[in-house]
Amino acid sequence: MQIVVQEQPFDVGDRLNQFSASRTDMGAVVSFTGIVRQVDGKLSDMMIEHYPGMTEKALTSIAEDAVSRWSLGDVLVVHRYGLLAPGEVIMMVATMSRHRADAFAAADFLMDYLKSRAPFWKKERTADGNAWVAAKDEDEDALNRWQTP
Amino acid sequence: MVNVLYFAWVRERIGLPKEQVETTAATVADLVSELKEREERYALAFSDLTALRVAVDQELTDFDAPLSGVREVAFFPPMTGG
Repeated sequence: MQIVVQEQPFDVGDRLNQFSASRTDMGAVVSFTGIVRQVDGKLSDMMIEHYPGMTEKALTSIAEDAVSRWSLGDVLVVHRYGLLAPGEVIMMVATMSRHRADAFAAADFLMDYLKSRAPFWKKERTADGNAWVAAKDEDEDALNRWQTP
Repeated sequence: MVNVLYFAWVRERIGLPKEQVETTAATVADLVSELKEREERYALAFSDLTALRVAVDQELTDFDAPLSGVREVAFFPPMTGG
């Protein structure tokens, strides 16, 4: 399991290639990349704040959850903080498994939990002013998909 | 003595990221009540607890959580990772 929290940009391709090459007994790698989205040409940048210490713990605990639910070869999470411009990569997750179903499901699960259980907060700076990005009800609802009966 | 941390708009409203608080509060909710009585900016930041989340020693918990032996309490809005 690799959990990385950093301010500097990173190369998604390099990370993914290294991750994919680390095992020869896994036939499936799934990855997701989150990118700062431009909105009506108004976003100048996004400031991502986090809770040093808790962030790493929360990400590790989410990744451990994924490993206990699915048969995974490995999990990678890289998440940035600080000032990011539109088009910049915010974060990525990657999962690997012997066959694709586990890798797909685990990546989906990781993203749902990262959204509302990892201590990051985003502030958008736009031509109209600055505003904290509000959590969405559907982000919370998305977690219910993963509740075991 | 407990370290109290604030993030995002909670930090902005209170005007500082971190402080040490001398308290005998039994729970997080009791600590919030003490803070709210201090100054208007605290009362404002804590006016709607449904808009806030709390972590105790870096674990997400709720406002009923006990404070005995706790080193660090953090208040923040719902998280927006990913």
